[in-house]
Amino acid sequence: MEERTSTWLAPRGIWWHRFGRDEKMWLAVIIVWAVAMFVMIMFIWPAIGQQQADIQSYRVDPVEFSTLTAQFTEKYKVGEENGFPVVAPPPGSDVYLQASRFQWTPILKLQKGETYRFLISSLDVEHGFSLQPDNVNFQILPGYITGLKMTPHETGEFTVVCNEFCGLGHHVMVGRIIVTDDDN
Amino acid sequence: MAAIAQEFPGYRMKIAIWRRCGVTGLVIDRSAERLIMVNAVTAVLFLAFGGTMALTIALTRWRAVHLLPADWFYRLVGAHGLTMLIFWILFFEVAALIFGSTVMINAPMVAPTLAWVYYSMMLGGALLVETTALSGHATVMMTAYPPLKATSWFYLGLLIFAVGALLALFHFIINVTVARVRGQVQTLPLLTFALLAAAIIGIWTLASGAAAIFPAWLWAIGAKSSVDPGVYRLLFWGFGHGAQQINLAAMIGIWYALATLTTGAKPLNEGLSRFAFLLYIVFINMGSIHHILVDPGLGGWLRGVNTSYFVYAAVLGSMIHAFTIPASVEVALREKGYGRGLFGWLKRAPWGEPGFSVLVLSFWLFGVMGGISGVIMGSVQVNMIQHNTLISPAHFHMTVVAGTTLAFMGFTYYLVPLIFQREHILPRWARIQPYIFALGMTIFGLGMGFAGHQGVPRRDWDPTFPGAPLATDIFKTTTVNISLACLGIGAIIAVIGGTMFVINTAGTVFFGKRSAQPNIGKISPLAFATSATTVPIVAGGTGEGEREHTKHTMQTGGFEAPGTLVLAFAWLLLFVILYAYSWFELSSVSWSIK
Repeated sequence: MEERTSTWLAPRGIWWHRFGRDEKMWLAVIIVWAVAMFVMIMFIWPAIGQQQADIQSYRVDPVEFSTLTAQFTEKYKVGEENGFPVVAPPPGSDVYLQASRFQWTPILKLQKGETYRFLISSLDVEHGFSLQPDNVNFQILPGYITGLKMTPHETGEFTVVCNEFCGLGHHVMVGRIIVTDDDN
Repeated sequence: MAAIAQEFPGYRMKIAIWRRCGVTGLVIDRSAERLIMVNAVTAVLFLAFGGTMALTIALTRWRAVHLLPADWFYRLVGAHGLTMLIFWILFFEVAALIFGSTVMINAPMVAPTLAWVYYSMMLGGALLVETTALSGHATVMMTAYPPLKATSWFYLGLLIFAVGALLALFHFIINVTVARVRGQVQTLPLLTFALLAAAIIGIWTLASGAAAIFPAWLWAIGAKSSVDPGVYRLLFWGFGHGAQQINLAAMIGIWYALATLTTGAKPLNEGLSRFAFLLYIVFINMGSIHHILVDPGLGGWLRGVNTSYFVYAAVLGSMIHAFTIPASVEVALREKGYGRGLFGWLKRAPWGEPGFSVLVLSFWLFGVMGGISGVIMGSVQVNMIQHNTLISPAHFHMTVVAGTTLAFMGFTYYLVPLIFQREHILPRWARIQPYIFALGMTIFGLGMGFAGHQGVPRRDWDPTFPGAPLATDIFKTTTVNISLACLGIGAIIAVIGGTMFVINTAGTVFFGKRSAQPNIGKISPLAFATSATTVPIVAGGTGEGEREHTKHTMQTGGFEAPGTLVLAFAWLLLFVILYAYSWFELSSVSWSIK
């Protein structure tokens, strides 16, 4: 075997030589692992997973989005809580969720096991949609709609936290989603 | 003298502006030396400043202390990020680049004036950014996503800094090219090769940063009506993530260098190690997409392929280094006679030398906590349950702080005495400091990571949401409290370790006893021996022979580094378990998301 060179000095002569037994074994194993991770993301999870990040994206003018949210809120409003409208859209419908400094509006009342198409956007700066306690997170940009088909499988009160810094009131930006049983 | 003129032809006419190092025998251009000094000292000052801010931020996150008011918290989170991720790291890297393109290849510095120009630009830009951020005119975090707006001076400062840093990278390439053309160097030493990889990655990185910041600056001065937030994020992360890949390449180069310095380790396969750096250059820019996996605007196929296929070619590079570096140490120590059993070499390794302890600690923390968490987070679907939670800063604190910063500290322990020709003022601190810093960062990283796993958002002053109309107590749990307390306690320990480093380094620079042959501990003469038969020129160390110990050898079954193989497989097993667990965690989300 050729003489090995210090990392501090320039190698002399031919410094490329065949892999040793150790290297061959390690290389084979890590290539298999990299391919396994690739297959998991591209084929296995898309086939079996319930949680895909296949965002539908649209461009939208913030003013237009605010109008759409207002119309949606008007149409399905069922009450009010702490000054926020509570909205109960029918299963299968489009659901608008509007982010602005420093609130998520409206409060959504959804039915367990039903699918809704969430259309989320911002009126001013970037915000982060963080659904807790399940810890599901999406980036919300002004001028873009983040579209997601979502189905709740458990009842209860969920919190929407903002997890992208949006200004000095960032930490008070909390919204709510209430999931109830079908017959409610 | 004649001999030096021969190997250093640039100096035939200009005697007395170089010196030969009394310890390593390397030839040092005085103008390069001054610039290494200035950049390294500037870097350490930024580190000290950033560390002070780090402490106040961590003590705010620790629920029981909650030190800062909201406005100062947000202000300092932004300034801390810029100071550490950009200024400390890049000033140090410029010092390393100058070292690698002059001292390491026995070549003089071409156009030192250029180096002073970019140093001034970088310093001026950095100070402008710090001033605007600390005075509350740029509370936009280091990412400064439009349409969140800062004063135009903030963007201008970033631009000046980025252009200065670009010049530094070009200067490195010019220096190496000129040395090559003059025949002063043929094949580059591995450390310089790694720095070259860092410089190449750095050029597109900084260009991408300038392409993001320049329109934002035009927008801030009113010359442009708006900036597309989606396009900005794409370009910004070409810089924001790419900049960390400069660190990665430089840090791994320094790992190789420290391994050689402290144990005489030589890469098992020079070609394989260099090929791994090549993989970084070609593929690691895909890491930029990891920040926008849950953004609107990108197609699903693009996000999937980018993160699952191309980037793994770069991950392969890391996994190659993860084996070859410890394997080279094992082979070197076995050759010295420490061959008993699978791990006898580890037991006899120089754990008291800061260079070696730093190598092991930063390698371990980077690989186990930083690397694995990064690959997992970079999986497009798993990213959904991690994006913008505290897992994200936990990941990059383990890579950039526990990994890169610790590695740079270890390198400094050798660079500073040799370049400044002074004795360490507190050599004992240097021995224990890496352990304290690593312990602190481990507690910090675990606390921050577990808090993130429970959903606690990053960049958030108070996750109990005081004053929120729809406040909730989802994060008012014991486990969150304990996690955030670990974050705070870990930060205190790490800052103590960091302070020890800064005091020793700054003290050595300004007050250390002058010496042409400073004691830098026991370094391996093999690091500077041009061949096995040439008598090492190293004057440092204790003079202990290399082969005085009784040889213990074991049957290694044809493997050169069996101990490392076992350790590497154990690491891979941990990786597989954590990877599988993250998918399990994703599958237990109670919502279907399509």
